[in-house]
Amino acid sequence: MVTTANNIIFELKQVNFFYGSTQALTDISMDFEKNRVTALIGPSGCGKSTLLRLLNRMNDLIDGTRVEGEILFEGRNIYNADNDPVEIRRRIGMVFQKPNPFPKSIFNNITYGPRLTGTRNRADLELLVEQSLKQAVLWDEVKDILNKSAMTLSGGQQQRLCIARALAMKPDVLLMDEPTSALDPISTAKIEDLIEELKKNYTIIIVTHNMQQAARVSEMTGFFYLGRLIEYALTTDIFTNPQVKQTEDYITGRFG
Amino acid sequence: MNLTSDNSITWRYAKQQVFFNIVRLAALLISAALGGLLLFIIASGIQAISWDFITLPPRDSMTKGGIMPAIVGTFYLTLGAIAIALPLGVASAIYLSEYARQGTIVRIIRIGVNCLAGVPSVVFGLFGLGFFVVYLKFGSSILSGALTLGILILPTIIGASEEALKAVPQTFREASLALGVSKWGTILRIVLPNALPGILTGSILGIGRAAGETAPIMFTAAAFFTAKLPESIFDEVMALPYHVYVLATAGTHIEETRSIQYGTVLVLVALVLGIDLIAIAIRSAMRKRKKW
Repeated sequence: MVTTANNIIFELKQVNFFYGSTQALTDISMDFEKNRVTALIGPSGCGKSTLLRLLNRMNDLIDGTRVEGEILFEGRNIYNADNDPVEIRRRIGMVFQKPNPFPKSIFNNITYGPRLTGTRNRADLELLVEQSLKQAVLWDEVKDILNKSAMTLSGGQQQRLCIARALAMKPDVLLMDEPTSALDPISTAKIEDLIEELKKNYTIIIVTHNMQQAARVSEMTGFFYLGRLIEYALTTDIFTNPQVKQTEDYITGRFG
Repeated sequence: MNLTSDNSITWRYAKQQVFFNIVRLAALLISAALGGLLLFIIASGIQAISWDFITLPPRDSMTKGGIMPAIVGTFYLTLGAIAIALPLGVASAIYLSEYARQGTIVRIIRIGVNCLAGVPSVVFGLFGLGFFVVYLKFGSSILSGALTLGILILPTIIGASEEALKAVPQTFREASLALGVSKWGTILRIVLPNALPGILTGSILGIGRAAGETAPIMFTAAAFFTAKLPESIFDEVMALPYHVYVLATAGTHIEETRSIQYGTVLVLVALVLGIDLIAIAIRSAMRKRKKW
């Protein structure tokens, strides 16, 4: 694989991260490529979710956190004081571990973000809802019940709605924090198919506990352990020919 | 199964029954106290109630006639107190739970709010007299009384609002922020609407308290007697609790006006319950829509 500078969307340089005095990430340097699916794996508490939440500045919401090093998004440091986290989060969408639709109608869940950022026209919004739901492969299931509460959907449908909601903001990147860990196998398969489809247009970074999932959906995989990036390579290499003993132990199930 | 274990199960079951009955008794006692109080008020006050009683002003040195000016006065004072305390209380709660960095300063503010809740109501009355009536020259008026009552119920509203805001799942905030909506937008569109039923609960408690207090309005708003209805917020008004106080202690016709006293209390209770019922209806309608 040839990597040139212009298809790199995220560039992390010696990133350290602290919750108060506890260091959660140590000296992380890695690049994320455009229109690829990158998986972050590792045992609980290894810092993979923390890293994901650094990429759209969600960790800002926690008191007493501190970032060192540089996180460049399209070449500019998102932690520079003149970069507005609100602006950054519009371009970098996020899907959470537990489906978290708003207690609003399906329609209003999708239009919530766009409406607050300038799209007011009803026809535009309707088109956006249809596009987003189609992209999230949910349209056929909900097109007749758009005014029903999102809370009446099943867990898997709710998670696809959350993906549609994120896509409605037309982001460049989609961050997914264990998006299927609360779902049944059939819903999980649907989300994985969806990821396969979405990677044509979006850069996807996915945190997962499920190693088969990482192997199935991603092209690059990073293995984290105790806040450090242990190994980062093509997914096929990580799973067939890991270079570091800890990676091998983890993927063969010897710990974690 | 042997005899001992049988015995011990019977014994444990008996113990359980005893404790169930104790807590049952406690609950019954509370209900009985409330029911008894209401029955007593209704029984003693009902014969005073008539259309004239609630639509006419008092006459003949307040031994006859109605209590209309007091009903209107209490209504205005309560409404004014809520209008002042609700925005201020909700805003404070938003600051404390959403914006302020949790630390020493917030802890001091919270202690302050709790202390305010424990201050005797007559102290609020004196403060209102000194500050609103005299210093700000509002005089004895609806404005002074509503401000004093507003401060009195502020801690209740702040406390309930803060609890309600905290009860909104953090995941809603994260979902909204992750979409690139600002913090203020998130509070306005997601957090507040979902906290509203809880905030209303606080307001209900506040309304009940504001309508029923005598001491805070004694020096700040309440008139001994005035037949005319208020024309501006700078007018003095009669108020139901103060009217009862006056008739029951300060008049020269205490015995003759017993039934008017009970009638006034009955109207006061009905007024507070009425306002409560409206708020409860709004709250349950809201809750029906919010499910998570």
